Amino acid sequence: MAEPRIILHETGQALAEGAVERELPLLERLWASAVVRKTLLLVALGLVWEIYARHLDNPLLFPTLTETLGAVMERTRDGTLPARAATSLRILLMGYAAGILLAAIMTVLAISTRIGTDLLETLTAMFNPLPAIALLPLALIWFGLGSGSLVFVLIHSVLWAVALNTHAGFLGVSQTLRMVGKNYGLKGLSYVLRILVPAAFPSILTGLKIGWAFAWRTLIAAELVFGVSSGQGGLGWFIFENRNVLDIPSVFAGLLTVILIGLVVENLVFRVIERRTVRRWGVQS
Amino acid sequence: MTALLEVDGVTLTYKTPQTLVTATRRVSFHVNESDRYVLLGPSGCGKSTLLKAVGGYMKPTEGQIRIKGREVQEPGADRMMVFQEFDQLLPWKTVLENVMFPLSVARKLPRKEAEEKARAYVEKVKLTRAIDAYPHTLSGGMKQRVAIARGMAMEPDILLMDEPFAALDALTRRRMQDELLQLWQDTRFTVLFVTHSIAEAIRIGSRILLLSPHPGEVKAEVEDVESAATTEGGAQRLEKEIHDLLFSDEVEPEAEDEEEAAHG
Repeated sequence: MAEPRIILHETGQALAEGAVERELPLLERLWASAVVRKTLLLVALGLVWEIYARHLDNPLLFPTLTETLGAVMERTRDGTLPARAATSLRILLMGYAAGILLAAIMTVLAISTRIGTDLLETLTAMFNPLPAIALLPLALIWFGLGSGSLVFVLIHSVLWAVALNTHAGFLGVSQTLRMVGKNYGLKGLSYVLRILVPAAFPSILTGLKIGWAFAWRTLIAAELVFGVSSGQGGLGWFIFENRNVLDIPSVFAGLLTVILIGLVVENLVFRVIERRTVRRWGVQS
Repeated sequence: MTALLEVDGVTLTYKTPQTLVTATRRVSFHVNESDRYVLLGPSGCGKSTLLKAVGGYMKPTEGQIRIKGREVQEPGADRMMVFQEFDQLLPWKTVLENVMFPLSVARKLPRKEAEEKARAYVEKVKLTRAIDAYPHTLSGGMKQRVAIARGMAMEPDILLMDEPFAALDALTRRRMQDELLQLWQDTRFTVLFVTHSIAEAIRIGSRILLLSPHPGEVKAEVEDVESAATTEGGAQRLEKEIHDLLFSDEVEPEAEDEEEAAHG
């Protein structure tokens, strides 16, 4: 009867020849970077804009990119655009922060008690579909013509999106992680902060991003509707004002600023948070 | 001498939306200091439920569970759990931080002391080179090692392990079993280990409790399990005996390979 035999082969050749890892060509590596691809896209879109506007040749309807950029430069130099953007951002941050704070309180209540869950579910079902701008007339009566009413509608636009996502995130935390947290003797708020919040962070971050976009949109729209508050208007007012004097390149400059701020926040602030948290933890690719 | 862990006539029930299920019925056993006590039985014998009850996650409807004479009321760090699931590590913490975290929050150790202890235990499970890695970069076996290090670093009264190797591949599982025994040789911690693999129970355990299913009841207890390994073929004989005992009242004997069964 034959015995089993082991025949050894030589290994480790591939490593010596450098066949295991090889660098990709430069162009392929560049194309793999999202920043490069997106920059190229932006350049292409800018070119389309410029060509179309020149072809149209009607600065009152559609100014060219260069005219718009010129207006941005000019309005930045005379200080109006930065001042208006700063006013908008200040109010935005106030509303955003207050909205997040309220959302935090509501979700903590919602996961600690059943009645809290019911309350959150009912309130979000009622108010989430209600456009923030629809509350503006009411807000004007309650808080007058000032940043108070703006902050009020901002809170409304942030609160429900953030609360809904955070709550969904909390509910999605795996049973095992919950048991691990309990095993450490964590209870109440420290359990929420040390286990639930980091575990639900991908959803929370999504909520924060959606909330930010809602808030930004609501604010510009609200400023357009009732404009100046306490002596100095924001970007929405800037757009409205310049339309009234038919300074269309400045209108475009205002819109471009709105877009740029949105892009910067999305790509710098949120992207950096994402890279430092959910990507590093491998909970989101 | 009172035992470290006393499980005294414990009946466990849980509710599904339609029915009230009895998981275990009047189960009694006790675990002494430095025991490697294995709960063994087919699925549906309530062994995991029993472990959760010892962990404090559910209350017995009848009977009592006492640890060092105190009745178990709620989860606590004196009974550290090691789960089967790979997601038991906190994904937002590195290996070191995962091991340190319970030391700081549950045992309130100062940072420096917690870190020293954590490093020592990470070294014990041979993961020093991955100490700053996040869990998602680790293999299943490495994750389970971190979970074991985390449990041991707390130096709990008893370490509760809920089929910790069941989701690993056969080769890794074998190695992890040897490593666990090695760790036990070093520190002689007390462990309550749940498994449905007879082979694993014999390799790991010093004492085995056999449970029968639906509802879980104590069928037999095996003492001095180590002595089986000292005689030629002793482990195989014991394995066969336990197998016959567990599946004696079944119409069709299960021909399943034990290593395969342990995958579940």
